[in-house]
Amino acid sequence: MSRPLIEAKGLSVRYGGATALSDVDFSIGRGEIVTVVGPNGSGKSTLLRAIVGSERPFAGRITRAPGLRLGYVPQRLAIDPTLPLTVRRFLGLPRRTSAAAAQEALERAGVPDISTRQVAGLSGGQLQRVLLARALLAEPDLLLLDEATAGLDQPGAAAFYRRIEDLRAETGCAVLMVSHDLHVVMSASDRVICLNGHICCEGTPEVVAEAPDYRRLFGEGTQGALALYRHEHRGHRHDPGHHHHHHHDDARAAG
Amino acid sequence: MLDDFLTRAALAAVGVALAAAPLGCFVVWRRLAYFSDATSHAAILGVALSLALSLPLALGVLAVCLIAALTVAALSGRSQATDTLLGVVAHSALAVGLVAVSFLPQVRVDLQSYLFGDILAVSRYDLGMIWGGAALVVALVVWRWSALLTTTLGPELAHAAGLHPARERLVLTMALALVVAVAIQVVGALLIGALLVIPAAAARPFARTPEGMAALATGLAVLAALGGLYGSLWTDAPTGPAIVCVAALLYALSRLAGRFAGNRG
Repeated sequence: MSRPLIEAKGLSVRYGGATALSDVDFSIGRGEIVTVVGPNGSGKSTLLRAIVGSERPFAGRITRAPGLRLGYVPQRLAIDPTLPLTVRRFLGLPRRTSAAAAQEALERAGVPDISTRQVAGLSGGQLQRVLLARALLAEPDLLLLDEATAGLDQPGAAAFYRRIEDLRAETGCAVLMVSHDLHVVMSASDRVICLNGHICCEGTPEVVAEAPDYRRLFGEGTQGALALYRHEHRGHRHDPGHHHHHHHDDARAAG
Repeated sequence: MLDDFLTRAALAAVGVALAAAPLGCFVVWRRLAYFSDATSHAAILGVALSLALSLPLALGVLAVCLIAALTVAALSGRSQATDTLLGVVAHSALAVGLVAVSFLPQVRVDLQSYLFGDILAVSRYDLGMIWGGAALVVALVVWRWSALLTTTLGPELAHAAGLHPARERLVLTMALALVVAVAIQVVGALLIGALLVIPAAAARPFARTPEGMAALATGLAVLAALGGLYGSLWTDAPTGPAIVCVAALLYALSRLAGRFAGNRG
Protein backbone atom coordinates (compact mmCIF):
# COMPACT_ATOMS: atom_id res chain seq x y z
CA MET A 1 0.00 0.00 0.00
CA SER A 2 1.19 3.54 -0.80
CA ARG A 3 1.64 6.14 1.93
CA PRO A 4 -1.34 6.45 4.26
CA LEU A 5 -3.99 9.15 3.85
CA ILE A 6 -3.88 9.86 7.55
CA GLU A 7 -1.47 8.67 10.16
CA ALA A 8 -1.57 9.15 13.91
CA LYS A 9 1.44 8.37 16.08
CA GLY A 10 1.28 8.10 19.86
CA LEU A 11 -1.94 10.12 19.88
CA SER A 12 -3.32 11.14 23.28
CA VAL A 13 -6.31 13.40 23.88
CA ARG A 14 -7.43 14.78 27.23
CA TYR A 15 -10.52 16.61 28.44
CA GLY A 16 -9.74 18.56 31.56
CA GLY A 17 -7.84 16.01 33.60
CA ALA A 18 -9.40 12.90 32.07
CA THR A 19 -7.66 10.98 29.34
CA ALA A 20 -9.98 10.09 26.47
CA LEU A 21 -7.35 8.50 24.26
CA SER A 22 -3.87 7.36 25.13
CA ASP A 23 -1.01 6.39 22.87
CA VAL A 24 -3.02 5.48 19.78
CA ASP A 25 -1.20 4.55 16.60
CA PHE A 26 -3.48 4.63 13.62
CA SER A 27 -3.35 4.88 9.86
CA ILE A 28 -5.65 4.40 6.92
CA GLY A 29 -4.66 3.83 3.32
CA ARG A 30 -6.27 4.69 0.00
CA GLY A 31 -9.52 2.81 -0.63
CA GLU A 32 -9.50 1.02 2.72
CA ILE A 33 -12.60 0.51 4.88
CA VAL A 34 -11.71 0.64 8.56
CA THR A 35 -14.17 0.34 11.42
CA VAL A 36 -13.48 1.53 14.94
CA VAL A 37 -15.60 -0.26 17.51
CA GLY A 38 -15.76 0.26 21.23
CA PRO A 39 -18.19 0.70 24.08
CA ASN A 40 -19.65 4.09 25.00
CA GLY A 41 -17.01 6.46 26.29
CA SER A 42 -14.18 4.49 24.70
CA GLY A 43 -12.90 7.47 22.72
CA LYS A 44 -14.26 6.50 19.29
CA SER A 45 -15.74 9.88 18.49
CA THR A 46 -12.74 11.61 20.03
CA LEU A 47 -10.48 9.76 17.61
CA LEU A 48 -12.65 10.87 14.71
CA ARG A 49 -12.67 14.47 15.91
CA ALA A 50 -8.89 14.41 16.28
CA ILE A 51 -8.60 13.15 12.71
CA VAL A 52 -10.96 15.85 11.46
CA GLY A 53 -8.86 18.39 13.34
CA SER A 54 -11.40 19.68 15.84
CA GLU A 55 -9.70 18.02 18.79
CA ARG A 56 -6.15 18.95 19.64
CA PRO A 57 -3.78 16.13 20.56
CA PHE A 58 -2.39 16.34 24.08
CA ALA A 59 0.53 14.25 22.90
CA GLY A 60 1.55 12.61 19.66
CA ARG A 61 0.75 13.91 16.21
CA ILE A 62 -1.46 13.40 13.21
CA THR A 63 -0.20 13.77 9.67
CA ARG A 64 -2.43 14.08 6.64
CA ALA A 65 -1.48 13.34 3.07
CA PRO A 66 -1.05 16.70 1.29
CA GLY A 67 -4.28 17.96 -0.29
CA LEU A 68 -6.37 15.32 1.46
CA ARG A 69 -10.09 15.87 0.97
CA LEU A 70 -12.32 14.77 3.85
CA GLY A 71 -16.00 13.92 3.70
CA TYR A 72 -17.45 13.99 7.18
CA VAL A 73 -20.79 12.45 8.15
CA PRO A 74 -21.53 13.50 11.73
CA GLN A 75 -23.65 11.50 14.12
CA ARG A 76 -26.24 14.24 14.10
CA LEU A 77 -26.57 17.82 13.10
CA ALA A 78 -26.77 20.49 15.81
CA ILE A 79 -29.25 22.49 13.80
CA ASP A 80 -31.19 25.00 15.87
CA PRO A 81 -34.92 25.13 15.06
CA THR A 82 -34.52 28.85 14.43
CA LEU A 83 -32.28 28.16 11.43
CA PRO A 84 -34.24 27.69 8.22
CA LEU A 85 -32.28 25.49 5.82
CA THR A 86 -33.34 23.58 2.75
CA VAL A 87 -31.55 20.39 1.77
CA ARG A 88 -30.39 22.09 -1.42
CA ARG A 89 -28.85 25.00 0.49
CA PHE A 90 -27.25 22.67 3.02
CA LEU A 91 -25.50 20.76 0.24
CA GLY A 92 -23.92 24.03 -0.90
CA LEU A 93 -22.23 24.68 2.46
CA PRO A 94 -19.56 25.86 2.66
CA ARG A 95 -18.91 25.76 -1.08
CA ARG A 96 -21.72 26.41 -3.53
CA THR A 97 -22.50 23.53 -5.85
CA SER A 98 -24.31 23.35 -9.16
CA ALA A 99 -27.88 22.07 -9.11
CA ALA A 100 -26.83 19.10 -11.25
CA ALA A 101 -24.02 18.07 -8.87
CA ALA A 102 -26.32 18.42 -5.85
CA GLN A 103 -29.00 16.31 -7.52
CA GLU A 104 -26.47 13.64 -8.49
CA ALA A 105 -25.16 13.44 -4.94
CA LEU A 106 -28.70 13.08 -3.58
CA GLU A 107 -29.38 10.29 -6.06
CA ARG A 108 -26.20 8.47 -5.12
CA ALA A 109 -27.13 8.76 -1.46
CA GLY A 110 -30.57 7.35 -2.24
CA VAL A 111 -32.72 10.41 -1.55
CA PRO A 112 -33.40 11.99 -4.97
CA ASP A 113 -36.62 13.86 -4.18
CA ILE A 114 -35.99 15.92 -1.08
CA SER A 115 -33.89 18.86 -2.17
CA THR A 116 -36.58 21.43 -1.34
CA ARG A 117 -37.36 19.99 2.10
CA GLN A 118 -36.23 21.63 5.35
CA VAL A 119 -33.26 19.84 6.94
CA ALA A 120 -34.82 20.14 10.42
CA GLY A 121 -37.93 18.25 9.20
CA LEU A 122 -36.14 15.16 7.87
CA SER A 123 -36.41 11.72 9.43
CA GLY A 124 -33.28 10.15 10.92
CA GLY A 125 -32.69 7.99 7.85
CA GLN A 126 -33.24 10.85 5.41
CA LEU A 127 -30.91 13.14 7.34
CA GLN A 128 -28.21 10.46 7.38
CA ARG A 129 -28.42 10.19 3.59
CA VAL A 130 -28.42 13.94 3.10
CA LEU A 131 -25.30 14.17 5.28
CA LEU A 132 -23.76 11.45 3.14
CA ALA A 133 -24.70 13.32 -0.05
CA ARG A 134 -23.06 16.47 1.27
CA ALA A 135 -19.91 14.53 2.18
CA LEU A 136 -19.81 13.05 -1.34
CA LEU A 137 -19.95 16.48 -2.95
CA ALA A 138 -16.50 17.20 -1.53
CA GLU A 139 -15.23 14.29 -3.70
CA PRO A 140 -13.48 12.95 -0.64
CA ASP A 141 -10.37 10.78 -0.51
CA LEU A 142 -11.52 9.74 2.92
CA LEU A 143 -15.08 9.42 4.13
CA LEU A 144 -15.54 9.66 7.92
CA LEU A 145 -18.73 8.25 9.43
CA ASP A 146 -19.51 8.89 13.09
CA GLU A 147 -22.12 6.41 14.34
CA ALA A 148 -23.79 7.00 11.02
CA THR A 149 -26.55 4.48 11.64
CA ALA A 150 -27.37 5.38 15.24
CA GLY A 151 -30.89 6.47 14.30
CA LEU A 152 -31.65 3.60 11.91
CA ASP A 153 -33.18 0.18 12.49
CA GLN A 154 -31.09 -2.85 11.61
CA PRO A 155 -32.28 -3.35 8.03
CA GLY A 156 -31.88 0.40 7.47
CA ALA A 157 -28.35 0.28 8.87
CA ALA A 158 -27.47 -2.73 6.72
CA ALA A 159 -28.74 -0.94 3.62
CA PHE A 160 -26.74 2.16 4.57
CA TYR A 161 -23.52 0.17 4.90
CA ARG A 162 -24.12 -1.62 1.59
CA ARG A 163 -24.40 1.81 0.03
CA ILE A 164 -21.08 2.80 1.61
CA GLU A 165 -19.43 -0.29 0.15
CA ASP A 166 -20.86 0.49 -3.28
CA LEU A 167 -19.58 4.06 -3.02
CA ARG A 168 -16.12 2.83 -2.15
CA ALA A 169 -16.22 0.56 -5.19
CA GLU A 170 -17.37 3.43 -7.44
CA THR A 171 -15.19 6.26 -6.19
CA GLY A 172 -12.26 4.47 -4.57
CA CYS A 173 -12.48 6.62 -1.46
CA ALA A 174 -11.30 5.23 1.85
CA VAL A 175 -13.87 4.92 4.63
CA LEU A 176 -13.37 5.27 8.36
CA MET A 177 -16.41 4.34 10.41
CA VAL A 178 -17.01 4.59 14.09
CA SER A 179 -19.72 2.41 15.52
CA HIS A 180 -21.01 0.25 18.29
CA ASP A 181 -23.32 -1.37 15.73
CA LEU A 182 -21.07 -4.41 15.56
CA HIS A 183 -23.00 -7.03 13.66
CA VAL A 184 -23.66 -4.84 10.68
CA VAL A 185 -20.44 -2.92 10.51
CA MET A 186 -17.73 -5.49 10.84
CA SER A 187 -18.63 -7.50 7.79
CA ALA A 188 -18.07 -4.54 5.51
CA SER A 189 -14.62 -3.72 6.88
CA ASP A 190 -11.16 -4.54 5.63
CA ARG A 191 -9.85 -3.86 9.10
CA VAL A 192 -11.39 -3.46 12.53
CA ILE A 193 -9.90 -1.51 15.41
CA CYS A 194 -11.22 -2.26 18.85
CA LEU A 195 -10.90 0.81 21.04
CA ASN A 196 -11.28 1.36 24.76
CA GLY A 197 -9.26 4.47 25.56
CA HIS A 198 -6.38 2.73 23.82
CA ILE A 199 -6.26 0.21 20.98
CA CYS A 200 -7.19 -3.19 22.45
CA CYS A 201 -6.84 -5.19 19.29
CA GLU A 202 -6.79 -4.68 15.57
CA GLY A 203 -7.04 -6.77 12.41
CA THR A 204 -9.46 -8.30 9.95
CA PRO A 205 -13.00 -8.77 11.26
CA GLU A 206 -12.29 -12.49 11.85
CA VAL A 207 -9.13 -11.85 13.81
CA VAL A 208 -10.75 -9.21 15.99
CA ALA A 209 -13.83 -11.33 16.61
CA GLU A 210 -11.56 -14.09 17.94
CA ALA A 211 -9.39 -11.80 20.04
CA PRO A 212 -9.74 -12.20 23.83
CA ASP A 213 -9.76 -8.43 24.39
CA TYR A 214 -12.63 -8.01 22.01
CA ARG A 215 -14.63 -10.76 23.65
CA ARG A 216 -14.03 -9.28 27.05
CA LEU A 217 -15.43 -5.96 25.86
CA PHE A 218 -18.35 -7.19 23.85
CA GLY A 219 -19.09 -10.65 25.17
CA GLU A 220 -19.19 -13.95 23.33
CA GLY A 221 -22.62 -13.57 21.82
CA THR A 222 -21.58 -11.59 18.79
CA GLN A 223 -19.19 -14.14 17.46
CA GLY A 224 -21.74 -16.45 15.91
CA ALA A 225 -23.59 -13.55 14.39
CA LEU A 226 -20.41 -12.30 12.82
CA ALA A 227 -19.64 -15.63 11.31
CA LEU A 228 -23.12 -15.75 9.84
CA TYR A 229 -22.98 -12.27 8.48
CA ARG A 230 -19.51 -12.26 6.98
CA HIS A 231 -19.49 -12.07 3.22
CA GLU A 232 -16.87 -11.53 0.53
CA HIS A 233 -16.17 -8.01 -0.71
CA ARG A 234 -14.02 -8.75 -3.64
CA GLY A 235 -15.47 -11.99 -4.89
CA HIS A 236 -19.10 -12.69 -5.59
CA ARG A 237 -21.89 -10.86 -3.81
CA HIS A 238 -24.97 -12.24 -2.21
CA ASP A 239 -28.12 -11.01 -3.83
CA PRO A 240 -29.66 -8.24 -1.73
CA GLY A 241 -32.84 -10.10 -0.77
CA HIS A 242 -30.90 -13.02 0.56
CA HIS A 243 -28.57 -10.72 2.42
CA HIS A 244 -31.43 -8.94 4.06
CA HIS A 245 -32.92 -12.18 5.22
CA HIS A 246 -29.70 -13.27 6.89
CA HIS A 247 -29.63 -10.00 8.60
CA HIS A 248 -32.86 -10.55 10.48
CA ASP A 249 -31.60 -13.91 11.61
CA ASP A 250 -28.53 -12.18 12.96
CA ALA A 251 -30.50 -9.76 15.00
CA ARG A 252 -32.38 -12.57 16.64
CA ALA A 253 -29.33 -14.74 17.21
CA ALA A 254 -27.43 -11.87 18.78
CA GLY A 255 -30.32 -10.57 20.84
CA MET B 1 -30.51 67.47 4.02
CA LEU B 2 -28.29 66.24 6.86
CA ASP B 3 -28.90 69.54 8.64
CA ASP B 4 -32.25 68.24 9.74
CA PHE B 5 -31.95 66.37 13.05
CA LEU B 6 -34.84 64.14 12.08
CA THR B 7 -33.19 63.05 8.86
CA ARG B 8 -29.99 62.30 10.74
CA ALA B 9 -31.93 60.32 13.32
CA ALA B 10 -33.72 58.32 10.64
CA LEU B 11 -30.45 57.56 8.83
CA ALA B 12 -28.78 56.55 12.09
CA ALA B 13 -31.65 54.21 12.94
CA VAL B 14 -31.59 52.60 9.49
CA GLY B 15 -27.80 52.21 9.61
CA VAL B 16 -27.97 50.39 12.93
CA ALA B 17 -30.84 48.20 11.70
CA LEU B 18 -28.89 47.18 8.60
CA ALA B 19 -25.90 46.09 10.69
CA ALA B 20 -27.78 44.47 13.57
CA ALA B 21 -30.30 42.33 11.69
CA PRO B 22 -28.05 39.94 9.70
CA LEU B 23 -25.70 39.57 12.67
CA GLY B 24 -28.75 39.05 14.86
CA CYS B 25 -29.63 35.97 12.82
CA PHE B 26 -26.37 34.36 13.92
CA VAL B 27 -27.05 35.44 17.50
CA VAL B 28 -30.35 33.54 17.28
CA TRP B 29 -29.04 30.50 15.39
CA ARG B 30 -26.08 30.07 17.71
CA ARG B 31 -28.00 30.94 20.88
CA LEU B 32 -25.81 33.91 21.69
CA ALA B 33 -28.58 36.15 23.04
CA TYR B 34 -27.13 36.20 26.53
CA PHE B 35 -23.61 36.54 25.15
CA SER B 36 -24.63 39.61 23.17
CA ASP B 37 -26.24 41.06 26.30
CA ALA B 38 -23.03 40.55 28.27
CA THR B 39 -21.06 42.26 25.52
CA SER B 40 -23.38 45.21 25.18
CA HIS B 41 -23.67 45.81 28.92
CA ALA B 42 -19.91 46.16 29.05
CA ALA B 43 -20.34 49.19 26.80
CA ILE B 44 -21.10 51.42 29.80
CA LEU B 45 -17.63 50.68 31.12
CA GLY B 46 -16.37 51.68 27.66
CA VAL B 47 -18.26 54.95 27.99
CA ALA B 48 -16.58 55.65 31.34
CA LEU B 49 -13.19 54.85 29.86
CA SER B 50 -13.72 57.11 26.85
CA LEU B 51 -14.82 60.01 29.05
CA ALA B 52 -11.98 59.52 31.53
CA LEU B 53 -9.30 59.36 28.82
CA SER B 54 -11.02 61.82 26.44
CA LEU B 55 -11.14 59.20 23.72
CA PRO B 56 -13.75 59.09 20.99
CA LEU B 57 -16.76 57.30 22.46
CA ALA B 58 -16.94 54.61 19.76
CA LEU B 59 -13.31 53.68 20.30
CA GLY B 60 -13.60 53.16 24.06
CA VAL B 61 -16.83 51.22 23.69
CA LEU B 62 -15.41 49.06 20.92
CA ALA B 63 -12.26 48.23 22.89
CA VAL B 64 -14.06 47.36 26.14
CA CYS B 65 -16.78 45.34 24.37
CA LEU B 66 -14.18 43.39 22.45
CA ILE B 67 -12.21 42.62 25.60
CA ALA B 68 -15.38 41.61 27.48
CA ALA B 69 -16.56 39.37 24.64
CA LEU B 70 -13.17 37.69 24.22
CA THR B 71 -12.90 37.12 27.97
CA VAL B 72 -16.32 35.50 28.12
CA ALA B 73 -15.56 33.38 25.04
CA ALA B 74 -12.26 32.20 26.55
CA LEU B 75 -13.76 31.43 29.95
CA SER B 76 -16.84 29.66 28.62
CA GLY B 77 -14.65 27.35 26.57
CA ARG B 78 -13.33 25.83 29.78
CA SER B 79 -16.27 25.92 32.12
CA GLN B 80 -19.49 23.98 31.92
CA ALA B 81 -21.76 26.63 33.38
CA THR B 82 -21.68 29.11 30.51
CA ASP B 83 -25.14 30.38 31.34
CA THR B 84 -24.11 31.30 34.89
CA LEU B 85 -20.86 32.84 33.69
CA LEU B 86 -22.73 35.03 31.22
CA GLY B 87 -25.15 36.07 33.93
CA VAL B 88 -22.27 37.11 36.15
CA VAL B 89 -20.42 39.00 33.41
CA ALA B 90 -23.48 40.72 31.92
CA HIS B 91 -24.60 42.24 35.19
CA SER B 92 -21.16 42.89 36.66
CA ALA B 93 -20.05 44.68 33.52
CA LEU B 94 -23.08 46.94 33.76
CA ALA B 95 -22.59 47.57 37.48
CA VAL B 96 -18.87 48.24 37.17
CA GLY B 97 -19.57 50.60 34.29
CA LEU B 98 -22.19 52.54 36.24
CA VAL B 99 -19.89 52.87 39.25
CA ALA B 100 -17.00 53.94 37.03
CA VAL B 101 -19.08 56.63 35.37
CA SER B 102 -20.17 57.96 38.78
CA PHE B 103 -16.49 58.41 39.75
CA LEU B 104 -15.80 60.69 36.81
CA PRO B 105 -15.14 64.12 38.32
CA GLN B 106 -15.19 66.54 35.43
CA VAL B 107 -18.58 66.05 33.87
CA ARG B 108 -22.04 65.31 35.01
CA VAL B 109 -22.78 62.49 32.63
CA ASP B 110 -26.26 61.95 31.29
CA LEU B 111 -26.30 58.20 31.90
CA GLN B 112 -29.77 57.80 30.49
CA SER B 113 -28.56 58.61 26.99
CA TYR B 114 -26.02 55.78 27.11
CA LEU B 115 -28.39 53.29 28.69
CA PHE B 116 -31.35 53.97 26.41
CA GLY B 117 -29.86 55.90 23.50
CA ASP B 118 -30.20 59.49 22.37
CA ILE B 119 -30.88 59.27 18.69
CA LEU B 120 -32.14 62.82 18.28
CA ALA B 121 -28.71 64.14 19.27
CA VAL B 122 -26.88 62.30 16.48
CA SER B 123 -24.41 64.63 14.75
CA ARG B 124 -23.01 64.42 11.22
CA TYR B 125 -19.85 62.96 12.72
CA ASP B 126 -21.84 60.35 14.66
CA LEU B 127 -23.71 59.49 11.51
CA GLY B 128 -20.45 58.91 9.68
CA MET B 129 -19.26 56.61 12.49
CA ILE B 130 -22.56 54.71 12.51
CA TRP B 131 -22.62 54.12 8.75
CA GLY B 132 -18.92 53.35 8.63
CA GLY B 133 -19.24 50.80 11.41
CA ALA B 134 -22.42 49.35 9.93
CA ALA B 135 -20.76 48.95 6.52
CA LEU B 136 -17.86 47.17 8.18
CA VAL B 137 -20.18 44.78 10.02
CA VAL B 138 -22.19 43.98 6.89
CA ALA B 139 -19.00 43.47 4.86
CA LEU B 140 -17.61 41.14 7.53
CA VAL B 141 -20.79 39.06 7.74
CA VAL B 142 -21.22 38.84 3.94
CA TRP B 143 -17.56 37.93 3.45
CA ARG B 144 -17.63 35.11 6.03
CA TRP B 145 -21.27 34.10 5.39
CA SER B 146 -20.76 30.51 4.20
CA ALA B 147 -18.03 29.77 6.71
CA LEU B 148 -20.13 31.21 9.55
CA LEU B 149 -23.13 29.13 8.51
CA THR B 150 -21.11 25.93 8.27
CA THR B 151 -19.54 26.54 11.66
CA THR B 152 -23.00 27.12 13.09
CA LEU B 153 -23.95 23.58 12.05
CA GLY B 154 -21.08 22.05 14.02
CA PRO B 155 -17.36 22.50 14.58
CA GLU B 156 -16.49 19.05 13.19
CA LEU B 157 -18.35 19.74 9.97
CA ALA B 158 -16.44 23.00 9.63
CA HIS B 159 -13.06 21.43 10.39
CA ALA B 160 -13.66 18.68 7.84
CA ALA B 161 -14.32 21.37 5.23
CA GLY B 162 -11.00 23.03 6.06
CA LEU B 163 -12.52 25.89 8.07
CA HIS B 164 -11.45 27.12 11.50
CA PRO B 165 -14.42 27.52 13.86
CA ALA B 166 -12.36 29.53 16.35
CA ARG B 167 -11.57 32.10 13.65
CA GLU B 168 -15.23 32.36 12.65
CA ARG B 169 -16.21 32.84 16.28
CA LEU B 170 -13.72 35.67 16.45
CA VAL B 171 -15.31 37.24 13.37
CA LEU B 172 -18.71 37.11 15.06
CA THR B 173 -17.31 38.54 18.29
CA MET B 174 -15.71 41.45 16.45
CA ALA B 175 -18.87 42.13 14.49
CA LEU B 176 -20.84 42.06 17.72
CA ALA B 177 -18.52 44.57 19.42
CA LEU B 178 -18.77 46.81 16.34
CA VAL B 179 -22.56 46.69 16.41
CA VAL B 180 -22.59 47.65 20.09
CA ALA B 181 -20.27 50.59 19.41
CA VAL B 182 -22.48 51.68 16.53
CA ALA B 183 -25.82 51.15 18.24
CA ILE B 184 -25.18 52.58 21.71
CA GLN B 185 -26.21 56.08 20.69
CA VAL B 186 -29.32 54.87 18.89
CA VAL B 187 -30.91 52.35 21.27
CA GLY B 188 -28.52 52.42 24.25
CA ALA B 189 -26.49 49.68 25.87
CA LEU B 190 -29.45 48.01 27.55
CA LEU B 191 -31.52 47.45 24.43
CA ILE B 192 -28.93 46.52 21.80
CA GLY B 193 -29.57 42.84 22.47
CA ALA B 194 -33.22 43.36 21.60
CA LEU B 195 -32.34 44.93 18.27
CA LEU B 196 -30.20 41.90 17.45
CA VAL B 197 -32.59 39.16 18.47
CA ILE B 198 -36.13 40.41 17.85
CA PRO B 199 -36.06 41.15 14.09
CA ALA B 200 -34.35 37.80 13.42
CA ALA B 201 -36.89 35.94 15.55
CA ALA B 202 -39.75 37.77 13.83
CA ALA B 203 -38.42 36.79 10.40
CA ARG B 204 -38.07 33.09 11.22
CA PRO B 205 -41.59 31.80 10.49
CA PHE B 206 -41.50 33.14 6.93
CA ALA B 207 -38.00 32.09 5.88
CA ARG B 208 -36.96 28.93 4.06
CA THR B 209 -33.25 29.68 3.74
CA PRO B 210 -30.71 31.47 5.96
CA GLU B 211 -30.31 34.20 3.34
CA GLY B 212 -34.06 34.70 3.20
CA MET B 213 -34.22 35.04 6.97
CA ALA B 214 -31.39 37.59 7.05
CA ALA B 215 -33.01 39.66 4.29
CA LEU B 216 -36.42 39.60 5.97
CA ALA B 217 -34.92 40.38 9.38
CA THR B 218 -33.17 43.39 7.85
CA GLY B 219 -36.43 44.63 6.37
CA LEU B 220 -38.25 44.23 9.68
CA ALA B 221 -35.42 45.94 11.58
CA VAL B 222 -35.57 48.96 9.25
CA LEU B 223 -39.35 49.03 9.64
CA ALA B 224 -39.02 48.92 13.43
CA ALA B 225 -36.32 51.62 13.40
CA LEU B 226 -38.35 54.07 11.34
CA GLY B 227 -41.65 53.12 12.99
CA GLY B 228 -40.14 53.58 16.46
CA LEU B 229 -38.61 56.93 15.50
CA TYR B 230 -41.86 58.35 14.21
CA GLY B 231 -43.85 56.77 17.01
CA SER B 232 -41.60 58.44 19.55
CA LEU B 233 -42.04 61.83 17.87
CA TRP B 234 -45.78 61.38 17.95
CA THR B 235 -45.99 60.32 21.58
CA ASP B 236 -42.87 62.04 22.94
CA ALA B 237 -41.61 58.65 24.14
CA PRO B 238 -37.85 57.85 24.28
CA THR B 239 -36.77 56.71 20.82
CA GLY B 240 -34.63 53.66 21.63
CA PRO B 241 -37.29 51.90 23.66
CA ALA B 242 -39.92 52.91 21.08
CA ILE B 243 -37.91 51.18 18.34
CA VAL B 244 -37.71 48.01 20.42
CA CYS B 245 -41.46 48.23 21.16
CA VAL B 246 -42.25 48.31 17.45
CA ALA B 247 -39.88 45.38 16.88
CA ALA B 248 -41.62 43.43 19.64
CA LEU B 249 -44.99 44.21 18.05
CA LEU B 250 -43.74 42.93 14.69
CA TYR B 251 -42.52 39.79 16.44
CA ALA B 252 -45.91 39.19 18.04
CA LEU B 253 -47.68 39.67 14.71
CA SER B 254 -45.21 37.34 12.99
CA ARG B 255 -45.80 34.61 15.58
CA LEU B 256 -49.55 34.95 15.15
CA ALA B 257 -49.33 34.90 11.37
CA GLY B 258 -46.89 32.00 11.53
CA ARG B 259 -49.30 30.03 13.68
CA PHE B 260 -52.19 30.65 11.31
CA ALA B 261 -50.05 29.61 8.36
CA GLY B 262 -49.22 26.40 10.23
CA ASN B 263 -45.54 27.20 10.36
CA ARG B 264 -43.12 26.57 13.17
CA GLY B 265 -41.71 29.72 14.69
